[in-house]
Amino acid sequence: MDARISIEAARKVFRDGAHGIVALESVDLAIGSSEFVTFVGASGCGKSTLLRCISGLESLSGGVIRVDGTPIRGPGMDRAMVFQHYSLYPWLTVEENIKFTRMLSAGREQMTSADVEVASGRADALIDLMGLGHVRNAYPNQLSGGMQQRVAIARALLPRPQILLMDEPFGALDAQTREVMHDLILHVSKLEKTTIVFVTHDVEEAIYLGQRVVVMAPRPGRIDSIYDVDLPAQRNQDMKLESGFLQQKKAIMDRIRETAGMRTDHELLERMTRQAQQSNDMQ
Amino acid sequence: MSTQDEWIAGWKRLWTIRGQLNRRTYLMFALAGLLVPMAGWWALAASGWMDAVFMPGPMSVLERAYTWYADEGLMNDISVSVYRVIAGFALSAVFAIPIGLMIGTYRPVQAMLEPLTDFIRYMPAVAFIPLVMLWVGIEESSKIAIIFIGTFFQMVLMVAEDVRRVPITQIEAAQTMGANRGEIVSLVIVPSAKPALLDTLRVTMGWAWTYLVVAELVAANSGLGYSILRAQRFMQTDKIFAGIILIGLIGLVIDQAFRGLHRRSFPWLYKK
Repeated sequence: MDARISIEAARKVFRDGAHGIVALESVDLAIGSSEFVTFVGASGCGKSTLLRCISGLESLSGGVIRVDGTPIRGPGMDRAMVFQHYSLYPWLTVEENIKFTRMLSAGREQMTSADVEVASGRADALIDLMGLGHVRNAYPNQLSGGMQQRVAIARALLPRPQILLMDEPFGALDAQTREVMHDLILHVSKLEKTTIVFVTHDVEEAIYLGQRVVVMAPRPGRIDSIYDVDLPAQRNQDMKLESGFLQQKKAIMDRIRETAGMRTDHELLERMTRQAQQSNDMQ
Repeated sequence: MSTQDEWIAGWKRLWTIRGQLNRRTYLMFALAGLLVPMAGWWALAASGWMDAVFMPGPMSVLERAYTWYADEGLMNDISVSVYRVIAGFALSAVFAIPIGLMIGTYRPVQAMLEPLTDFIRYMPAVAFIPLVMLWVGIEESSKIAIIFIGTFFQMVLMVAEDVRRVPITQIEAAQTMGANRGEIVSLVIVPSAKPALLDTLRVTMGWAWTYLVVAELVAANSGLGYSILRAQRFMQTDKIFAGIILIGLIGLVIDQAFRGLHRRSFPWLYKK
């Protein structure tokens, strides 16, 4: 597999006074070109930190992350990011938000006038692809959460990034909107051939979207296990109810509970119930 | 249900926590809020319970405002005072906005300037008057200097806070799109903070008016604040009343102008 992103012995320590909190420890992973990889794990497992390190917003304390063989140094246009929320610019219209990269010198540098023309066609194409035609002159705060995330995705895709990093992008959306967004992002993945790294806390979402699901474990943050998703490339919502899907979902969820030490202690709960009843009886 | 019950129900509905009022009811309450104190003032003055020298009625204040306008150069006083306030305020905005922007954006600047500013703003501006007179003299510039001292340090801290309130995600999104530092400041931080900045200017403009009276203590011979102080020496309570009310009215007009500017400049905040 030709690795688009290769993460080698990645380590991240957050300083907290005299102590250090190890957010990532010996993380190794290769992500292929055009691959869709999802990350799940209990809170504190470092999945968001890893994504931020790939984006260059955070720097590693040790190890290296390469994109097409070159170690990354800081954020770059080759790696676009979609955040959970509040990343759109409320003073710009939908169309202006999507074209934001055009206002930046980094976006203009290598452009010829022919490129500019192609690029305006691209903005229109993305507006169509994301179903934003009727709101292109609206402001973000006039849109629902789902529509706002469509704008954020279109904006990220405009300069044709090789890699799209998504940090719980649908975490704040309602279940129905989320399903629509899932099919939309799968469509984008196929159409644009973008490598997508997607962080979520929703296991079902991780399986439905990913070709591989990476389960991370906390204390210290590390990769626990990797599951290959055995679903056809063309996915649909009904697959979520098939036994293979459900079995994998259960396996991953069990694994997350185990790594987090979050198994429900039924014995303890029963004992507490008994104690409460006894004290009630005594009164 | 009898009409009385309905009336009681309606009355109770008014007192819902964070409830809604229709426009007519709102205006009724707003009008009452203005008229009740006016009526109270009028009644107090008319009752003769307080000496008219100390408590002039609304009509005599109005008459006094007219003679001030006709014979005592009210318009000149107003324009002098407005000039001083605007000049002191503009001077402090010109310096406070870039400095606050730097404090809110770059940590070393914050570390260097914020504790100092915090310290100076607790020093009473009034106490600087003797210094200002020694350094700047008793010319027009001394009044402007006092208004500047009264507003500048507060403004710096408020601007810095406005800038810090720009959501980090907006900044990080620009970073991942390849924006450089200058672009992040000019294309993200400034436009994002602008509405809050205009509000800060609106609030500090109010303080500038407060310091006007202080400033006109300093060897002034015209201006609203000066006229109020002089009226006290001649026991012209009606003129004191007129002056205070006029400053209030001018403040109200400027405040509304700022709000109008806000609505016009940031339409995206008002569209739902």
